[in-house]
Amino acid sequence: MLKRYLKLSEFKLQWSIFAVLVALFTLFIMGAPRIFLAPDMYYSFMSTIPFMTIMALALTPVIICKEIDLSFPSVMGISAWMFASLSASTGNPTLALIISLITGLLAGLLNGILVVKVGIPSLIVTIGTMFFWKGLVLVFSAAGGITLVPLRGTILFQSLVGRIGGVIPAQALWAVGLAFLFWLILNRHKFGTHIYFTGDNIESARMMGIPVNKVKILVFTQLGFFAAFAGILLDLEMSYYWPTSGEGYLLETIAAVFLGGTSAFGGMGTIFGTFIGCIIIGSLESGIISVGLSGYWTNLIYGLVIVISVSIHSILRRRT
Amino acid sequence: MRSLTIKKQKREKIKTLKDYLKLSEFRLQWSMVAVLAIILAVFTIRNPRVFLSFRIYYSFMSIIPFMAILALALTPVIICKEMDLSFPSILGFSAWMFTSLCASTGNPTLALIISLITGLLAGLLNGILVVKVGVPSLIVTIGTMFFWRGMIMVCSGGVGKTLVPVKGTILFQSLVGRIGGVIPAQALWAVGLAFLFWLILNRHKFGTHIYFTGDNIESARMMGIPVNRVKILVFAQLGFFAAFAGILLVLEALYHWPTTGQGFLLPTIASVFLGGTSAFGGMGTIFGTFIGCIIIGALEAGIISIGLMGFWTQVFYGLIIVISVGIHTILRRRT
Amino acid sequence: MELKNEKLVRMVNISKYFGEVAALRKENFEVGYNEVVGLIGDNGAGKSTLIKILTGVHPPGKGRIYFQGEEITYHSVERARELGIETVYQERALGEQQALWKNIFMGREMTTHLGFLQVKKAKKETERILKEVIGFTAAGLTPDSIVERLSGGEKQGVAIARALHFKAKLIILDEPTMGLSLSETKKVLNFVKGIKEQGKSCIFITHNIYHVYPVADRFVVLDRGRTVGEFIKKDISLEKLVNKLYLVARTGEISQN
Repeated sequence: MLKRYLKLSEFKLQWSIFAVLVALFTLFIMGAPRIFLAPDMYYSFMSTIPFMTIMALALTPVIICKEIDLSFPSVMGISAWMFASLSASTGNPTLALIISLITGLLAGLLNGILVVKVGIPSLIVTIGTMFFWKGLVLVFSAAGGITLVPLRGTILFQSLVGRIGGVIPAQALWAVGLAFLFWLILNRHKFGTHIYFTGDNIESARMMGIPVNKVKILVFTQLGFFAAFAGILLDLEMSYYWPTSGEGYLLETIAAVFLGGTSAFGGMGTIFGTFIGCIIIGSLESGIISVGLSGYWTNLIYGLVIVISVSIHSILRRRT
Repeated sequence: MRSLTIKKQKREKIKTLKDYLKLSEFRLQWSMVAVLAIILAVFTIRNPRVFLSFRIYYSFMSIIPFMAILALALTPVIICKEMDLSFPSILGFSAWMFTSLCASTGNPTLALIISLITGLLAGLLNGILVVKVGVPSLIVTIGTMFFWRGMIMVCSGGVGKTLVPVKGTILFQSLVGRIGGVIPAQALWAVGLAFLFWLILNRHKFGTHIYFTGDNIESARMMGIPVNRVKILVFAQLGFFAAFAGILLVLEALYHWPTTGQGFLLPTIASVFLGGTSAFGGMGTIFGTFIGCIIIGALEAGIISIGLMGFWTQVFYGLIIVISVGIHTILRRRT
Repeated sequence: MELKNEKLVRMVNISKYFGEVAALRKENFEVGYNEVVGLIGDNGAGKSTLIKILTGVHPPGKGRIYFQGEEITYHSVERARELGIETVYQERALGEQQALWKNIFMGREMTTHLGFLQVKKAKKETERILKEVIGFTAAGLTPDSIVERLSGGEKQGVAIARALHFKAKLIILDEPTMGLSLSETKKVLNFVKGIKEQGKSCIFITHNIYHVYPVADRFVVLDRGRTVGEFIKKDISLEKLVNKLYLVARTGEISQN
C-alpha cells in the first residue's frame, strides 16, 4: 500500500520536472524562435550536456543510498590528466583509456572504503579526497595543458566523441545509452533494489540480509569509474587537456540530481528525473543568452529554478 | 530472548572500557591542538627563519579571521544537523551591498547596517525554506548559493569597485585597523566572536536547544524545544556573520571583486569538520572549529614557505582532513 | 463532587474507531491517587489508543475524560502536560550525546533572565534528583555523564526522574522494560516503586505480566478494544493471573473469579 502511494508521488514528481523543462523551452522558443527552432542549438546541447549527465547519472545512486560525493569532479580531473598524459607519452590511447578508467575506479573505491570501513561520513571524506585529487592534478600538471590533437581521427576518438552521420555527437548517444543502463540496473536488477533499500532504511536492509556495506562501496566505485569516463570524453571533445578540467561541474551536477527529484533523505530518486534535470541545467545558460539577457543572469536563474522546483517537490511529497 | 539478554549483558561489561575512554571529547580537542603543534613544528624546523619571526603570524592574523568567523557561525548549523553551502555567496552579495552603498551614500555606518541586515535576511530565507517549506538544507542552499552569486553579477555588472575612500575612518580602524600598529583588528574580532559563540553554545539556553535539536529532533520537540525556531535562527545568524565577514574582507582588501567570497566554501566546511563537529549532528565545539581554522589557514602559507610549490597545498588539505577525521571517527567509535 | 472518593483519572465510555475498525469499545478506565496500574494486553488490544487519548495525541471518538474530578473538554498534548500527565516514551526522548544534567532540564532549562544557564545550580539539582527522587546510585554516574554511555535501564531512570521532577501527577510508562536485560529490568522496577513512594500515580503499559506484577497495585487487561479483566493485586496471585491471561489469549474471555 505504501509502495502504491510512493509510486504515485514519484510519477507526479517526474511529470512536474518534465513540465518545468517544457515550460522553459517554450519560453526560449518564444524569446528566440530563430535560434531555438533550428537544429544547431540542439547539436550544441548534445555536445556539451553529456559530460555532466554521465556524472549526474552515476551520482544518483550515491544520493539514493543517502550518501554524497563531492570529489567526483576532482576524480574526473585526475583521470582526464592520466588519459591525456598517457596518450601523449605512450601514443596508445586504448591503454591510456583503460588505465584512466581504472584510476577513476580506484579513487571511487577509496571513497567507499573510507566511508564504510573507517566510518567517516561521506560528506567529510569526499571533501578531503576532493582536495587531495585536485591537488595531485595541480602538482602533476604543473607543466600546463596537454594537446590531444593527434588522437583526432582514431577509432577511439570517433566512437567516443565523433559525429554520427556528421551531426549527432557520439557522447550524446553514450549519455542516452548509459541512462538506459542505469535505469535498467536501478529498476530491473537486484542491485538497484538493494541501493534503494540501503538508502531507505539501512538497519532494515541489513537485517534482511542486504550486504549494505558492499552496496555502498560499489556505488562509490562506479561513480569514480564514470567520472573518469566523463573526463576522457571531455579531453577528447576539447582535444586538449587543461589542469582545470572538471572544475565547475560540482554544484551544477548535484543541482541537476536534486532538481530531478532525488531525495536528500535517501531511498528515493529516478534516472528519468536526473536526465531531465541535466537538460534543464545544461540548457539554461545558452537559453538565457539567446533570449537576450546578459550572461550575468545565469546563476540567478539557476538559483531560482532550483529553489522553486525543489520547493514544489517537497510540497508535493508532503501531501502524498 | 535469551540470546538477546546475553548480548545486553555483554554490552554492559564493555561499559567499563567505555568509562575508561569517557574523556573522548576532551581528547579529541587536544588531539587537534597536537596536530596544529606538529604542523607548526615541522614548518619551523624546515624554515626557522620564517616561522620564528613575527611576520608570518602577523599575516596569519590578518588572513585567517575571515574564514574563522564563517566557520564559527557555520558550527551551530552543522551541530543542528543542517548544512549551508550558500554562505560564501551571501558574503559576496552583502560585501557588494556594503561597497556600493559606501560609494553612493558616503556613509559607511549606514552601509554596514544595511549590509548586515541583508545577510541576516538571506540567512532567514534559507531557514524559512528549510523549516517551513521542508526542503533539505543541502539542496536549498545550493539553490540560494546560485541565486546570490547571480545577484552579485547582475547588480555589479561584473565589475569591481574600490573602497579606498573608507580607509582611515573610525569604522575602518575598528574593524580592520592595526591595533598598536601590529595586531590586525579582525583577529581580535574573531577571538571575541569565538568567545561569544562559546558562551552561547555552552552557557545559554539557546545553545542547549541547538545541541538537542541536532541530537534528536523528535525528542527535542516532545520536550517542548521550539525546534523550528532554533533552526531558523541558526541559519539567520550564519547569514548575518557571513555579511560581517564580507565587510571585513572588502575593508581589508579595499576593493570588491564580483568573485569576492568564492573559494571560502570548502575550506570553511573542512575546518569545521576538522575541528571535530560531527556530520551526524548534536556534537561539536567552538574550540575545535577555531583550531581547525588555524590549521587550514596556516597550511597554505606554511607549505609555500618551506619551499614546496603552492600546488601541494590542496594535497595536504586533503590528507589532513581525511587522516584527522578518520582518527576522530575511530576514537568516537571506541567510546 | 466529593474529592476524597474521586479518582485522579476517570475515562468513561470511551469509543474510538479508525475507519470501520473499533480500537476501543465503550471502555471505562480509572487511575486512583498514588496508584500504580498495570495495563496489560497484546499488540492491538487498544492499550496505546487508550493512552494516546489520555495524553491528548488522539481526540476521543466518544466518551468523557475527568482529571481530578473535572471534565477535560479541549484536550491536547500541551493541556495534558499542564495537568501533570507525563509520558515516558519507549524511545525516552533523550538527547543521547548530551550530558545528563542537560537532559534533565531539556526544554525547561534553569536560566537567568537573559537566558544564560545556571550550570552549577542545574548540576547540583541533577545530583539531588538522581539520588533522592529515584535512588539512583549507579557507580561513576555524575551529572556530566554522557547519556549514550548509560545502560538502557539507567536511561529509563533518567526519563522517569525528569518527569517526576517536573511535578507530574501521573506518569505513563510505555513498555519501559522492552528489550532490557534482567538486571536492567530490575532497575526500572525500582524506579516505578520510587514513583509510588513519591505519592504519584503511574500507568505501566506492558505485555509482560512478570514485569508488572511486583510493582502494580491493580491490573487492567485489555483485549480487542475492551477491558476483559480487572484485578487488585492483593486478591490474586501471580500464578492465577498468568492462567487467566492464557485464557484470554485462547477465548477472548475471562472470568472474574
